[in-house]
Amino acid sequence: MEHIDFSLIDWSRAQFALTALYHWIFVPLTLGLSFIIAIMESLYVKTGNPEWKRITKFWMTLFGINFAIGVATGIILEFEFGTNWSNYSWFVGDIFGAPLAIEGIMAFFLESTFIAIMFFGWNKVSKKFHLLSSWLVAIGSNLSALWILVANGWMQNPLGMHFNPDTARNEMGNFWEVLLSPVAVNKFLHTITSGYVLASIFVIGISAWYVLKKRHVNLAKRSMVVAATFGLIASLYLVFTGDGSAKQVAKHQPMKLAAMEGLYYGSDNAPLVAIGVLENTKKPYEEDFLMDLPIPGGLSFLAFGNMNAFVPGIHDLVHGNKEHGIISYNEKIEMGKKAIDALAAYKTLKKENKTDEAAAQLKIFEANFKYFGYGYYFGHNPHELIPPVKLSFYAFHIMVGLGTYFILFFALILYFNLKNKIENKGLILRLAVWTIPLAYIAQEAGWIVAEVGRQPWVIQDLMPTIAAVSKIDSSNVIITFFLFLAVFTALLIAEIKILLAQIKKGPGNLIESSTKN
Amino acid sequence: MIRKIINFYKEGFLSMEVGKKLWLIIGIKLFILFIVLKLFFFQDFLSSKFDNNKAKSDYVLEELTNLNK
Repeated sequence: MEHIDFSLIDWSRAQFALTALYHWIFVPLTLGLSFIIAIMESLYVKTGNPEWKRITKFWMTLFGINFAIGVATGIILEFEFGTNWSNYSWFVGDIFGAPLAIEGIMAFFLESTFIAIMFFGWNKVSKKFHLLSSWLVAIGSNLSALWILVANGWMQNPLGMHFNPDTARNEMGNFWEVLLSPVAVNKFLHTITSGYVLASIFVIGISAWYVLKKRHVNLAKRSMVVAATFGLIASLYLVFTGDGSAKQVAKHQPMKLAAMEGLYYGSDNAPLVAIGVLENTKKPYEEDFLMDLPIPGGLSFLAFGNMNAFVPGIHDLVHGNKEHGIISYNEKIEMGKKAIDALAAYKTLKKENKTDEAAAQLKIFEANFKYFGYGYYFGHNPHELIPPVKLSFYAFHIMVGLGTYFILFFALILYFNLKNKIENKGLILRLAVWTIPLAYIAQEAGWIVAEVGRQPWVIQDLMPTIAAVSKIDSSNVIITFFLFLAVFTALLIAEIKILLAQIKKGPGNLIESSTKN
Repeated sequence: MIRKIINFYKEGFLSMEVGKKLWLIIGIKLFILFIVLKLFFFQDFLSSKFDNNKAKSDYVLEELTNLNK
């Protein structure tokens, strides 16, 4: 594969990772804060207390800042698909077209219509219609996420499609199978719930700062109760969705699970590493733990709901394990190569109008299509199919560790608020402020687990990055990488500056208008 | 009805405080994304090379089947 430009692949991957990670700074806050605002406004409509309106309007302003700065940052990912990943874009065919079109329509109609009412409609539409608009913005933005995550879920576990060898495109076979894929459903629930957790922490952190500064204390305490309750429920539910996601990963992406846990050799009663430090070794893919705290049977239970179940390790997956019916990567590479060669032969025979021979090749192709992507590693070391273990391992453990901390955090904040003691807990209030960046770290770690853990696959087992990339000049990708870095950093600085200015200003300017309705 | 909707948006935009700054950021951002980046750096690779779907299919098939030869 001398002609494959690995620098182009690496820069294209780096650019996609950069854009996705920056985009994901803005999205989860929108997903969660929209619901928190809707809950606050519901309290206003139910109680008629103008203080709840003031609270709603204050958080709505922060929501608006985040929404405005984050909007359209995701469109760049679509640009990159068409330019840097054209083989992939063509190959996915209408599988992406349908969900992304629905997302576009939904985002346009629900968000653009009802966001306008949400911001401009105070005193102009009835209280109930305004409240309905706020809920529809929350539901609409979360449903937008659904379609994107359905597309992502399909990449992690492609199903419900049929590959057309004449057009080189996947065609939708069963829309409902794609939409209701357990991978996609779990991914959607896990992702949006994590957004609720982040938004709750955001509200609590800012409220804690107000309490520390003895400003807007009433607003801050009420906001904390709503956010801590919402956050506690969401973080507990996150455990279930995380468990569901882990089971799907174990079923469809066992290599990702092995990398997440640094599991090199599979075993029955496989331990879950609660805390671990992988050693630095020059031997590839042989890192052992310098120190670890294993929970016996934990990984077997997490993966299969059975403490004694066998969990395959990296070696089992690469070299195969006959006892457990796992075929080796070399066997998969052979089958993938057969599929690629059969597709090439089919194409040639069809051009020559040799229909019977073409049909025979098509049969071979279809029989081996499941491992199509492995064929691109023919003549390569199968170790190239192992994702970065350390990055996957640490990202997973940071995400899980922080997720566990967030449950305790919400419980603590809620407890001291309900006991009316939060004002005297300076340490906890300071902790709440510093938990905001931790929530963002957990979010990004989650995406690193999801995306780095499945490398080198763009579409699991069907298309690796080496086959997906466009033949373009890598210097173009390098230039745009730094352009994006500059644009996104500027946007992030603008967001932080405007948010901080608004937070310092507080809801004071909203008091007057809030008493009108 | 249409006038009501137009007035609704007009009054909303005019009464914005933080929003004006945000719209400026959105405008600059969309200009950079759709005018600078999309036009000069992110042309659709296949559409820039081929006029029709048949040609695109043939090219991708060729790419997928000849990559490791």
